[in-house]
This record gives sequence, C-alpha cells and structure tokens, in this order.
Amino acid sequence: MSLFVEIILKIIIFILVLGVCAAASLFIGVADITLSDLLSGHPEAWSLVSISRIPRTMALLLAGAGMSISGVVMQQMTQNKFVAPTTAGTLEAAKMGLLAFMILLPSAGTLWKMLFAFAFTFGASIVFLTIVRKIRFRNVIFVPLVGLIFGGIIGSISTFFAVKLNIVQDTNAWMMGDFSGVLQGRYELIYLSLPATLLTYFYANKFTVIGMGEDFSKNLGLNYPAIMNIGLFCVSLTVSAVVITAGVIPFLGLIVPNVVSLLFGDNLKKTLPYVALCGSIFLLLCDILGRVAVYPYEIPIGVTVSILGAIIFLAFILWKK
Amino acid sequence: MIEVKELSKQFGKKVVLDGIDVQFPKGKITSLIGSNGAGKSTLLSVISRLLAQDKGVVRVDEKDIHAYKNNVLSQRLSILKQSNHVRLKLTVRELVSFGRFPYSQDNLTAHDRQKVDTAIRFLDLQDIENTYIDELSGGQKQRAYMAMVVAQDTDYLLLDEPLNNLDMKHSVQIMKTLRRLANELGKTIIIVLHDINFASHYSDYILALKDGKVRYYDTTERIMNERVLEDIFGIPISIIEFNDKKICNYFN
Repeated sequence: MSLFVEIILKIIIFILVLGVCAAASLFIGVADITLSDLLSGHPEAWSLVSISRIPRTMALLLAGAGMSISGVVMQQMTQNKFVAPTTAGTLEAAKMGLLAFMILLPSAGTLWKMLFAFAFTFGASIVFLTIVRKIRFRNVIFVPLVGLIFGGIIGSISTFFAVKLNIVQDTNAWMMGDFSGVLQGRYELIYLSLPATLLTYFYANKFTVIGMGEDFSKNLGLNYPAIMNIGLFCVSLTVSAVVITAGVIPFLGLIVPNVVSLLFGDNLKKTLPYVALCGSIFLLLCDILGRVAVYPYEIPIGVTVSILGAIIFLAFILWKK
Repeated sequence: MIEVKELSKQFGKKVVLDGIDVQFPKGKITSLIGSNGAGKSTLLSVISRLLAQDKGVVRVDEKDIHAYKNNVLSQRLSILKQSNHVRLKLTVRELVSFGRFPYSQDNLTAHDRQKVDTAIRFLDLQDIENTYIDELSGGQKQRAYMAMVVAQDTDYLLLDEPLNNLDMKHSVQIMKTLRRLANELGKTIIIVLHDINFASHYSDYILALKDGKVRYYDTTERIMNERVLEDIFGIPISIIEFNDKKICNYFN
C-alpha cells in the first residue's frame, strides 16, 4: 500500500507543478494582467484572458500531453524507443493533408481540414508500420532512419505541389509550431486530442503488451491487429488535431517518453500519467521561455522545445551513465 | 490432449513441416529433438497459432485452435519462444504479472496475485522481483520469462529451447520445475531441447524430427538407443547407463 501512496504523492506533486506553470502561462504576456484585475472583475482583463490566454494555455496543456502520449504509443507499436511523430513521417503527413485540403476544398470548414489531416496521418502511419514490419534488419537506429527518409519523401512531394501552386510560404508556416495565434474560436479542434489521450490510458496495459512484440501479444491472447488499429487511430487523431491548431512541435514525442521511461520504467498503466503531465509541463515551460526571452517579441515554440529538449535529454543520458 | 493432423508448412519453396501426424499425451513431458532446421521451432509456433499452417489441423482438447477465442486459448496453452526481445523497462514482478493478462486483462484479482507470487517462488526470483529485466543476466531473464508462463497457468506449455543462456545449475532447476509442473499439477509440456541428456533425464516421450517429418516418436527409453540417435543426429553416439538413466556420449 505504501507504494501506492508514494505514486499518488508523486502525481500530486506533478499536478501542483503543472498548476504553477499553467498559472504563469495565464499571466505572462505583452498585456499586463494581475490577479487583482481578475478578482475585481476588470472586463478588459477578463476578455483578454478568455480570448487569448486561456485558449493558449489549454492548447499547450493538451498538445504537450497528446504529443507525448502519441510518442509512447508509436514506440510501443514499433518496439523502438526512437520512433515518434517526428521520426516516422507522421508530422509531414499531417502537413500534406493540410496542403491537400487547401488545394481541393479550400473553402470548406475546419472539420474538413481536420478530416484531411487525419486521413493523411492515418494512411502514412499504416505505410510506415508496414515498412517497419517488412524490414528484416530491425536495428534500433535503422527504423527511425527509415522513418526520417519516409518523412523526407512525403515532405518533398508536398513541397513540389506547394511550389507549383505558389503556396510555399503558407506550408512553411505550418511546419513552425507557434501558439501565439491560438485564439478563442480558432483552437477548439485540439480538444479532439483529449478523447484520444483518455482512450490510450484506458488501453494502457494492452499497449504495454503490444510493446513486448507480436508473439508475446498473441500468447497472452491479445487481439494484436485490433489494438494496433486503436493505436493508429489515437496517434493520428492527436497529431492532426495538434498540427491544425498549433503547427508542428518537434521532438516532444521523443524526449518526454524516453525521460519518463528512464525514471519510472515502461509499465504504461503506471507511467502514462507521468508522460502526460511531464509533456504538458515541459511544453508550458518552453512556451513561457519563448515569451519571456526576447520580450515583447516571441521565439517560436519549435525552437525552445528543440533547445531545452536536447539539453534535458543529454543531461539525463549522461546522468544515468 | 494436443492433436496434430497432416500438418504442413512451407517457407517459400522450402518445406519445413511435411505431413506431421502426432498426439501429445496429457500430463507428460515430450521433448522435441533433431538437428538445426529440422522444423522443431516451426512446429511449436504452428501449434501455438503464432504461425499459420499451409495444410492440416491442430486440435487442443478436441477443438481446432483457430476455432478458439484468443483469450480462451491463451488460458489453456502458452508458448515461450527462444528469442525474447522485450526491450521494455519492466520489473520482474510486472513482467510475471502480465502472465495473468488472459484472465484479468487490467485489474489483477487477489487470486491472480497469488499465482504471480507462486510463479516467482517457483523460479526462485524473490530476490530480484523488483529489478528491471533489462538489468538482469541472460539466465535471470530467461527464468523471469519462464515465471511469466508459469503464472499464465495453462494446461499446455510449449517451450522453445528454454535452457538457452542458462548455466548448468539453472538448467537442472528449470527441468526439475517442469517435472514438478507435470507430476504435481498435471501440465502437458512440449519442449525443444538441444542437449539429448536433458531430454533423456527429464522427459517421458521424445519426438525426433528430421527434414520436417516425424522420424521417431516413442518413450524416452526406446529413443535412447545408439542406432536411433545416430540416425537422428548423424554422428556416432554411445550410451552409458548410470543410476538407471541413460547418458549419451557424443564427444567422439
């Protein structure tokens, strides 16, 4: 029982840290908002908070948790710790979906946009998994390299069409993750990542079994293809929802799961809450840093995630050695 | 009882299993022997539905294995393959607990926990039950996987070279454990072994495969015959009797 109490305590601490970060995210920005403004019901402060700060903070929370959990699911499905949306062509596929949407149905609503991104990420993930299964030589590094090449091919096809149609600048803007444009009425699709994240937790044990390989899964009576499809669905839904709302956030799905795995192991039933919490905290911190560093301007979140992430990751690897 | 009828399997043009017809008696240990590439591992994989056959049927308790629901079959029959590449950072206890997955999926009952405890004790893993498996030696890892299958508590256990990576002490310990599982709990065990002396000491029956066909299938006593063994392995083997058990000397 004491182990159980310890886990609960740890999670409470993580939630407290998350709360502090989220509060900081609400109050940091070009316009000064203080707690007393809000408490006294200052209308301008309230409208700023509800139009911009709350959407931005919520988007960061959901994107951080969602992208990190997507990383874990992909790592379980491929049995490879270096596979994540960044290294499997998933992000490029979402971008291609957005491009296809702009070319084919430019005037349709955001729901169609979402459907396009979802369909492309889902399709690309299936192709990637098929390639991985066909590879005889399943070296740990080889699989993500194949993923990077695969992503490169998808990306170059997108660029080809973007150049032809003169929309390169728009497509490049999607590749740069940025939360400054997240406003009320324009970000709600990201809530679609929430059911996907919850579904992943519901299937946590099954995803752990998947990570032991196909033979192990079959021996334990798991419906392997069905769980793989659920995993694909969750990842595609989360990634496309995040890319549509905030653009591409690199490496999150790679760094957070690996750090959590080093600290807490790989029993997903136990570790998924940490993955989600750490993902949210990390992304909030990166965004706050980006807002503060060159105040009143902003550094795009992709840059801060890459720099901070690389430092943390290196530190962990060296420390564990 | 496990019943195999006219089982055939081809990989490309290579025939790996060629019309196998055998029945494995309940509550006994049957060793599969034969040279490399004789089809032993493939036979185990097909029986345990990890691999689909080209022709033939496998029946477990008179029912075709493909007619079973996945988790029902995994409560009756378990398999441990020879190469286990689990790269997950799980503790020994967590791994063994997954042996109860076919019964309880997510939430272990008190009964499940008791089975896990028993399995851990059976394989002598109490000291390292909270160690991550990626920190274990090859032999410890092998015992942890064995414990998982023991926790799965199936009537039929299929083991593909479980003595790989094990030193002599632990090899003997595993074989004695299997003997106890068969004698005391009535488990039916089919095991691929390379060392003929382990087969001779601990199994009731021996099935010898050659080129994908059943070459011999009989009681251990009858297989342990110099002419028979020479035919199976293609090297001269002399048999020495010691304490009523036959020991092969193949270092000629």
